[in-house]
Amino acid sequence: VNHIVHNGGLYKRPFNEAFEETPMLVAVLTYVGYGVLTLFGYLRDFMRQWKIEKCQNATEREEQKDFVPLYQDFENFYNRNLYMRIRDSWNRPICSVPGARVDMMERVSHDYNWTFTYTGRVIKDIINMGSYNYLGFAQNAGVCQEAAAKVLSQYGAGVCSTRQEMGNLDKHEELEKLVARFLGVESAMAYGMGFATNSMNIPALVGKGCLILSDELNHASLVLGARLSGATIRIFKHNNMQSLEKLLKDAIVHGQPRTRRPWKKILILVEGIYSMEGSIVRLPEVIALKKKYKTYLYLDEAHSIGALGPSGRGVVDYFGLNPEDVDVMMGTFTKSFGAAGGYIGGKKELIDYLRTYSHSAVYATSMSPPVMEQIITSIKCIMGEDGTTVGRARVQQLAENTRYFRRRLKEMGFIIYGNEDSPVVPLMLYMPAKIGAFGREMLKRNIGVVVVGFPATPIIESRARFCLSAAHTKEMLDTALKEVNEVGDLLQLKYSRHRLVPLLDRPFDETTYEETED
Amino acid sequence: FQAPAYHLILEGILILWIIRLLFSKTYKLQERSDLTLKEKEELIEEWQPEPLVPPVPKDHPALNYNIVSGPPTHIITVNGKECINFASFNFLGLLDNEKVKSAAQASLKKYGVGTCGPRGFYGTFDVHLELEERLAKFMRTEEAIIYSYGFATIASAIPAYSKRGDIVFVDEAACFAIQKGLQASRSNIKLFKHNDMADLERLLKEQETEDQKNPRKARVTRRFIVVEGLYMNTGDICPLPELIKLKYKYKVRIFLEESLSFGVLGEHGRGITEHFGINIDDIDLISANMENSLASIGGFCCGRSFIIDHQRLSGQGYCFSASLPPLLAAAAIEALNIMEDNPDIFQTLRAKCEHIYKALQGISGLKVVGESFSPALHLQLEESSGVRENDVKLLKRVVDYCMNSGIALTQARYLEKEEKCLPPPSIRVVITVEQTEQELDKAASLLKEAAQSVLN
Repeated sequence: VNHIVHNGGLYKRPFNEAFEETPMLVAVLTYVGYGVLTLFGYLRDFMRQWKIEKCQNATEREEQKDFVPLYQDFENFYNRNLYMRIRDSWNRPICSVPGARVDMMERVSHDYNWTFTYTGRVIKDIINMGSYNYLGFAQNAGVCQEAAAKVLSQYGAGVCSTRQEMGNLDKHEELEKLVARFLGVESAMAYGMGFATNSMNIPALVGKGCLILSDELNHASLVLGARLSGATIRIFKHNNMQSLEKLLKDAIVHGQPRTRRPWKKILILVEGIYSMEGSIVRLPEVIALKKKYKTYLYLDEAHSIGALGPSGRGVVDYFGLNPEDVDVMMGTFTKSFGAAGGYIGGKKELIDYLRTYSHSAVYATSMSPPVMEQIITSIKCIMGEDGTTVGRARVQQLAENTRYFRRRLKEMGFIIYGNEDSPVVPLMLYMPAKIGAFGREMLKRNIGVVVVGFPATPIIESRARFCLSAAHTKEMLDTALKEVNEVGDLLQLKYSRHRLVPLLDRPFDETTYEETED
Repeated sequence: FQAPAYHLILEGILILWIIRLLFSKTYKLQERSDLTLKEKEELIEEWQPEPLVPPVPKDHPALNYNIVSGPPTHIITVNGKECINFASFNFLGLLDNEKVKSAAQASLKKYGVGTCGPRGFYGTFDVHLELEERLAKFMRTEEAIIYSYGFATIASAIPAYSKRGDIVFVDEAACFAIQKGLQASRSNIKLFKHNDMADLERLLKEQETEDQKNPRKARVTRRFIVVEGLYMNTGDICPLPELIKLKYKYKVRIFLEESLSFGVLGEHGRGITEHFGINIDDIDLISANMENSLASIGGFCCGRSFIIDHQRLSGQGYCFSASLPPLLAAAAIEALNIMEDNPDIFQTLRAKCEHIYKALQGISGLKVVGESFSPALHLQLEESSGVRENDVKLLKRVVDYCMNSGIALTQARYLEKEEKCLPPPSIRVVITVEQTEQELDKAASLLKEAAQSVLN
């Protein structure tokens, strides 16, 4: 039974999110699996040390053998003995546009994944369920590509200067005005890399004496930005509003640790869609809390911009809220716009401040012109300003694909995490051997999927992650579902007992984590 | 009925103990200020945060950007005026090279613009693999790794190797990206005076005596020296041969940042190692960005596989970020081709640098800071007024005078509160291969005029 939340009228639509419990037997078997792998790992290390087995690792130079070792032996234990076995599931090289179908270069390994050789053959037309191509703008033909080609021949590929020096082109101004209009905010600023947008702008906004409340499962860029800022970081349980409220109350009432001075600012860091869980942030509740406690909200819409909402304007549009309630709207252009880079949108004072004090504006090269043109054309397409309804159709197609795919997978009996409307679909695998097996079996059947294990996920919760796209037709989805069904039966992945745990059953407990500045 | 003796003694002790406990002072483990619910609500009501950002004055020098219409090439249109470009780091003039553009166009037709994924998840294209191979071959190292953003290259490379407890000796004039990388690594940072090998040796000797006090800890503490080939902030070169000697004497690893010297120094443009004739294996890691000589976007690190391969799983900017758009990688490959086919451009560039270095000497009020063969020079005020803001305003007037007369210049921009060792305000002069001798002379004479009229 799905638990549908109508929290005091804050939500205008049902919020269905579910994370089914790991079955006990599966958890035990997973630990056993890791235990066996660890034992074998020790055995192999022993054999390598005593030269019974050839050591394939790259080694230090002869002249530097008496230097302090660069890597700790144990640090690489996981790498050498677990990751290396299934390394062929990652870093798969492709040689065509990363659209709904992709061509992959075939590679084989004759020494159990230590080295790869390319056979020269190309596996054609693999259904691509791994690329972040939510609205299908990864195209090598069409309006966007032609516009980018024109700008490339006019402006060249690079810029060779920073924004504050000589790198501010007229195209940058055009892009920023358009992004601000798209998001419904006063002003916006664009940067060359999404990761750097977070890691360089959070330190500009908060510093020592401020408090950052960050979700448990935030992305590495948010964590790095928070650490570099020097503020105190406290972590609340994933998407758990009671945990967040308790932290807020405690923070304001007790002030800074030890000195008891009041906090200068409190910033809440959340993401729109969490890409490993497929969950959507409870934005109406977060905004209600933010208003009640006078804190600031930093929303990272890396995956949700373009992918959620009836007009593709992200999680704010999805919940029907006012974009002015979010103090800092950050997002990336990599996922739904088929380009690269990031942006921050907000009030004019905020953006003026960032133009002056952001690390990226002063020290980093500005965005490349053809990339900007791709973003401009794709935003115009989504907004419908290019005169067609292509953008709207794509947004609707993505929503339909999402609902259909998730429903079918749940019916088949797999454990699927996350929100009903999120185009990121994590399918639980749990056991380490199944990670490699799933990736390989799906590739044999011409479907490319992404599998993730430790350390990106908790150790027993490894998963396969499907990223749906508006470019996937129903036939492609049906083929994919048929193959997933087959592989699921082969590898016994259908763990679900159709017992969807009600939402509030993830109990919030007293443990909160505090990371103080060092 | 007599109880045994030990019984009585035991009971006596117990009774005494109970009496003692009854009379001892109780103390609480924690001073808990239990506030009532009402008090808590009052505190929450009263608390006022600072505004998210302080207001920025409208005439702040960094707020009003120059707007460049059209491509930032040799002839650049800044704020509506056509000028000769002395401000973009387009050293080899490859920004509007037709071959580079057509290679990028071909890549755009094949792959589209974005890669839609990080390197681990279907974001590795054959173009990336080819670029990495070409860079490794060009620099004569085993392996190279590409990042999609120049700043993120060294800022992700340093924390991948240097962790909490390790020691890094870094030059004072290191650029901001290195400073951020060091901050993210949480290691012990020891700054040595710019290019002062004696100071560095002193620090290393101090560290050696520390080590002798605690040899166990010293055996697991990694040490690094981080230097730049050509320093962005001062325009001079680092004394690499002495550093190599120090490396082997004190067993420290060297990380070299070659953003300005890649494609500039050396007979074939391989950077400072070729300039000094040093074996490239002696440097543990070379990092450079592709945004200067290669006129693309992104950065790379190269070195031995033992070192570089580690970044494929621990480099944050590599694992958690989308890969470089293929058209930019193709542009970089074509730029590399041009560099390999025309090795005489480096000599041409150096000759132009020497020319303008001589021509800029003797300007009253401004002094040239940097090596004679460095393509990125600084012009600082000979006599500072003591207040940084006034210096910046004076230099702005010089820059505006030059811009009005057709030479595009810019001031070097810094984050004044965040830099560890803030360089004095200066005007950046960038020399490219495309500038003719007349243009160089024109720039020099214009700067003389500007300095005369503004500073006297």
